[in-house]
Amino acid sequence: MAAAGGLRGHSVCSVTCPGDNGAVDIVTRGFVGRRQGRDPRIPPGQYLERDFPVLSAGPTPRVRQEDWRLDVSTPDGEVTTLGWSDLMALPVQDLTTDIHCVTKWSKLDTTWRAVSVDAVLEAVGAAETDAAFVLVHAEGGYTTNLPLADLRDGRGWVAVGYDGAPLTPEHGGPVRLLVPHLYLWKSAKWLSGLELRREDHPGFWEQLGYHAYGDPWREQRYVGD
Amino acid sequence: MTTVWSSPPEPMPWFRAAVEDAWLETRTARTVVLDVPGWPGHDAGQHVDVRLTADDGYTATRTYSVASAPEAGRLVLTVQLVGEGEVSPWLVGEARAGDELEVRGPIGGWFRWTESMPEPVLLVAGGSGVVPLMAMVRQKVRSGAATPFHLVYSARTPDHVFYTNELFALARTTPGLRVDRLFSRAGLPDDERAPGRLRPEDLPAADATPVPPRVYVCGPSGFVEAAAGILLAKGHDSGAIRTERFGPSS
Repeated sequence: MAAAGGLRGHSVCSVTCPGDNGAVDIVTRGFVGRRQGRDPRIPPGQYLERDFPVLSAGPTPRVRQEDWRLDVSTPDGEVTTLGWSDLMALPVQDLTTDIHCVTKWSKLDTTWRAVSVDAVLEAVGAAETDAAFVLVHAEGGYTTNLPLADLRDGRGWVAVGYDGAPLTPEHGGPVRLLVPHLYLWKSAKWLSGLELRREDHPGFWEQLGYHAYGDPWREQRYVGD
Repeated sequence: MTTVWSSPPEPMPWFRAAVEDAWLETRTARTVVLDVPGWPGHDAGQHVDVRLTADDGYTATRTYSVASAPEAGRLVLTVQLVGEGEVSPWLVGEARAGDELEVRGPIGGWFRWTESMPEPVLLVAGGSGVVPLMAMVRQKVRSGAATPFHLVYSARTPDHVFYTNELFALARTTPGLRVDRLFSRAGLPDDERAPGRLRPEDLPAADATPVPPRVYVCGPSGFVEAAAGILLAKGHDSGAIRTERFGPSS
């Protein structure tokens, strides 16, 4: 990302100015930065975080395990509902993965227990579908959209555990989506529905200026990135 | 691929910004006034990305809430120092008039208030979570909106309060603005409330105003959890409560 073209030429930096070769046209006096040894697993513009910050748009929904439901709907409007025991009857796997939040922190080697979205789609008989997109629904009205392909082939997970324990409500428990290769807002907490669609439809943050796809390696943070 | 966009949207541009003024709010937080030619303005509650560039081209970017009421060409941030951070130490410890950096935004269309919103407003701030809520207070004052505002602001001690003088003055001169300041660790000798974390009696019930208020809660995660829990118990609708937690903005 370069600075807006129209602002070039106003540079007032004086001593060593990389802007002279056109690469950078602004220098923040006195800024050095921390430059932690750059782990190649951290995408551009992200920094390493050891805590697990919580971000959400409203109060944390409290969903009891026994009340949890997942509605999977097809483009033709057929809805199949899974409950907790249905989900637990599917293969639950342990996985270790890196996660990246659009607010710029990344966390490496996080460990989860999860069922693959592949297994969920298989279980509800929706593995063969002409849908190309999913609008993900969550308790409290949150939605997020992504291409169905990004949830398949082991890339999307329905997570029930984090770091050796059941998922806490703050982190989306009892059940959240986990799509580690996209910014974390795509990994909807308090998962309640997968709406398979032929056409894309922007979700909550996607209607509020965030990127429709959200690839951290391409820094797709906001609309137009 | 079908998309909702008829044409590819333009990326949000980076704006060159110059520090116009800067002062400490507390020992570890600084208000930084930025002159940003071309900045289109924002809505109260929104945030911006701030990018610093070292002389060899190394950059670091973090997101900060805007403290000022919307204004073209000018932005005020108040930044809390995060010890292990990268951008906040420069903003809090180093920034001075004339320094240059870049900003991009405004970002966030949810945690946002404009004077066209008719409901009463309840603001619940924990620590530096007061910053985006202060932007809303300032916008109410500047717009002259009659909207009733109630700010409940919890800080650790009197040494940790931002905007002390301004809030004191505004609360006494602005019709419809009430400010309650609470201390969690240690207060002032004449405080009626014993210091401590947020309690149910610190927040009004949903029926304290003729129409239930639009509620904005901002602070550290534990504070937001506690506040949201109390608000729900006091009859506020979950859909009326907007929360913003500190992502770390180090």
